[in-house]
Amino acid sequence: MASAGSHDTYYVPEQTKLPFFASIGLFLTVYGLGSVLNDVKSSESATFSTMISLAGFMLLSFILFQWFSTVIRENHAGMNSDQLKRSYVWGMAWFIFSEVMFFAAFFGALFYVRTFSVPWIGGEGDKGITGDILWPEFEAAWPLIVNPDSSLFSNPHEGMSVSEWSLSFFAKYLPFWNTVILITSSVTVHFAHTALKAENRKGLIQWMFVSVALGVLFLFLQGFEYVEAYGHYGITLDSGIYGSTFFLLTGFHGFHVTLGTFMLAIMLVRSIKGHFKPDDHFGFEAASWYWHFVDVVWVGLFIFVYLF
Amino acid sequence: MSAAHDDHHHGPAKGISRWLFTTNHKDIGSLYLWFSFAMFLLGGTFAMVIRAELFQPGLQLVDPNFFNQMTTMHGLIMVFGAVMPAFVGLANWMIPMMIGAPDMALPRMNNWSFWILPFAFAMLSATLFMEAGAPNFGWTFYAPLSTTYAPETVTFFIFAVHIMGASSIMGSINIIATILNMRAPGMTLMKMPLFVWTWLITAYLLIAVMPVLAGVVTMMLFDIHFGTSFFNAAGGGDPVLFQHVFWFFGHPEVYIMILPAFGIVSAIIPTFARKRLFGYDSMVYATASIAFLSFIVWAHHMFTVGMPIAGELFFMYATMLIAVPTGVKVFNWVATMFRGSMTFETPMLFAIAFVVLFTMGGFTGLMLAITPADFQYHDTYFVVAHFHYVLVPGAVFSIMAAVYYWLPKWTGYMYDETLGKLHFWLSFIGVNILFFPQHFLGLAGMPRRIPDYALQFADFNWISSVGGFLFGASQLILLVVVIKCVKGGKKATAQVWEGAQGLEWTVDSPAPYHTFATPPDPKLIHAQ
Repeated sequence: MASAGSHDTYYVPEQTKLPFFASIGLFLTVYGLGSVLNDVKSSESATFSTMISLAGFMLLSFILFQWFSTVIRENHAGMNSDQLKRSYVWGMAWFIFSEVMFFAAFFGALFYVRTFSVPWIGGEGDKGITGDILWPEFEAAWPLIVNPDSSLFSNPHEGMSVSEWSLSFFAKYLPFWNTVILITSSVTVHFAHTALKAENRKGLIQWMFVSVALGVLFLFLQGFEYVEAYGHYGITLDSGIYGSTFFLLTGFHGFHVTLGTFMLAIMLVRSIKGHFKPDDHFGFEAASWYWHFVDVVWVGLFIFVYLF
Repeated sequence: MSAAHDDHHHGPAKGISRWLFTTNHKDIGSLYLWFSFAMFLLGGTFAMVIRAELFQPGLQLVDPNFFNQMTTMHGLIMVFGAVMPAFVGLANWMIPMMIGAPDMALPRMNNWSFWILPFAFAMLSATLFMEAGAPNFGWTFYAPLSTTYAPETVTFFIFAVHIMGASSIMGSINIIATILNMRAPGMTLMKMPLFVWTWLITAYLLIAVMPVLAGVVTMMLFDIHFGTSFFNAAGGGDPVLFQHVFWFFGHPEVYIMILPAFGIVSAIIPTFARKRLFGYDSMVYATASIAFLSFIVWAHHMFTVGMPIAGELFFMYATMLIAVPTGVKVFNWVATMFRGSMTFETPMLFAIAFVVLFTMGGFTGLMLAITPADFQYHDTYFVVAHFHYVLVPGAVFSIMAAVYYWLPKWTGYMYDETLGKLHFWLSFIGVNILFFPQHFLGLAGMPRRIPDYALQFADFNWISSVGGFLFGASQLILLVVVIKCVKGGKKATAQVWEGAQGLEWTVDSPAPYHTFATPPDPKLIHAQ
């Protein structure tokens, strides 16, 4: 099958019900979610909206499960030519690029407030006059502990970033350990890949198990950090721009880690089921690329949110 | 070979399920095009409300808040519902046929990309009937109008943008995978038709900036519902941050709406001038340059917001630089026509009008790029005239040119040339009566997005409105032409146009349901 010419066997699937119902699921999910948010804001009961959103999400999840199952089944049936497999490779690569640009928006916002808006509100440069008139007491700083208007946005007690550059500090610094965990997990995923290519299924399963466990551990520690942030540091979503950027950057990253861990877990299950061949395991590769991407984003976060 | 592979050469399924569940690039292309036309009429209706209100000074027909909803919904529907889906529809129909591929690379995802859109726009349009009214903060939805002071329906607007963004990203991934992976043997990159090239670059732009749009509406969502302060200076944020992130998306977005138009015009002009396209290579490089520059000019939309002087200068010069590759393109189109054996069928008329009127829109763009001059023009009708010149006789005319050009290939029949020419001339005259006076209005100081105006603007406004009604009504002719052409007419040959070149003209008219299941003879592939 693989020896068939790469240009004459492109598999064009029959018509399918999956995407249309996926659209309905996606629509109900976001329509319900929007209604929930509006209900909460106007202090109305959100029960019905929540049910719509959950129903939509369940439909979407069910369809996506069917969809991926179909693709896997087709591949096992030998319907996917090498050329089709390259389409999946391009698809995943460009999807990851789109994710990079999504994070770029939030990193851009972080750089902008740190470089421009906070200093300007503090009175710097020829734009400073506005800040001087509106909030003459305000002093620019990062982490921003004292907001321009503390009656609207409660002040955090302290920031999450590195406060001293010593070994003893880093040894107790949770984001540092999370960095170690995530980088290690990238390495273990690579070991799993190596084992897969060497037809060492036991090694594959073991390393995948370790990777998933590290992903879960990262998420647990991240959750712990959030509890700390809310409880001890007074950093909340509504505590000004420091909390806003902190939670949206780390939160969307955490959401992506969740998704990545889920992907790796699926790949672990598929490894146990023996789905992968040394020369045919794109599902695994796609998940591992995603995982490496999530790792790289974290390194960026660690540098610009925590270190500097 | 498994059975499922061999039996996919039959025709389309029967009934509605053909359209709901199709994986065929031609069906999906048609869906996109019909959807786009429906949105064009809806957005056009909103435009008619705007022009009717502006027909005379004073408040006649609608209250100001509803007027704001009309300007907002008109812009959103036209940009995201009419122009972009039309180009995606053309890409779906034509790219696989132009590069000798059996279909799009990922046909099921292709269906998903389309079917998200009707739901997204249903949700967006439904806000008109909600208690709080539709979004009223302009299509650029600047904070804090779209956050602190927004109607609660902004939440649905945000989620609509999210899912239409997902649709765009999936569509673009599909187009890139198709172009990079599905070309027939012999179809090297530099032999690809320019429509394919421009779409490759457009798809790249879409994947780069739609996630940024998703990011900015997400920040809005959190500012509105979760108390973050991205766009609120009281918490250390900045409403100007919104404008930066929005226009980082928004400027490439305007090229997303014009680059495929360049590709279409570059296909049509050589056909009806019966000459090869002048300067193919430079067309490719110019397109790539424009795409690159589109990422470093966004703040020219914000000259009056109070940027540091270094920023004003940088964005002014970078913007002016775009005139160079654009000039290369216009030169090449003119040089293609030079000493050609030209005939003036409807697609060619629209294409020539495109070259002339788009260039005018480009020149006013150059005027707006001059920072100190922009201080005067900013937020006036001059800006409205500028971007409508590049979008209506620019992007929209190119779409109409494309429809007339490829309609015989799609339906198997020639369209009614008399009606086509009538449609062109009424549109051409209408669009100029509609938008040309708006230059004068803007230069005289009439602000945009205001339902009332001072008395001295009255004459040009009623002239503009008359042009608007003429242009709007003429578009119904297109509907008649298309329906007539689908139903029958003079049989079209495979070649359709005497001077047409490219793989799409080697297959029958109408194009069979499945084309190039096996790749075409490499001898059919010529340099452009």
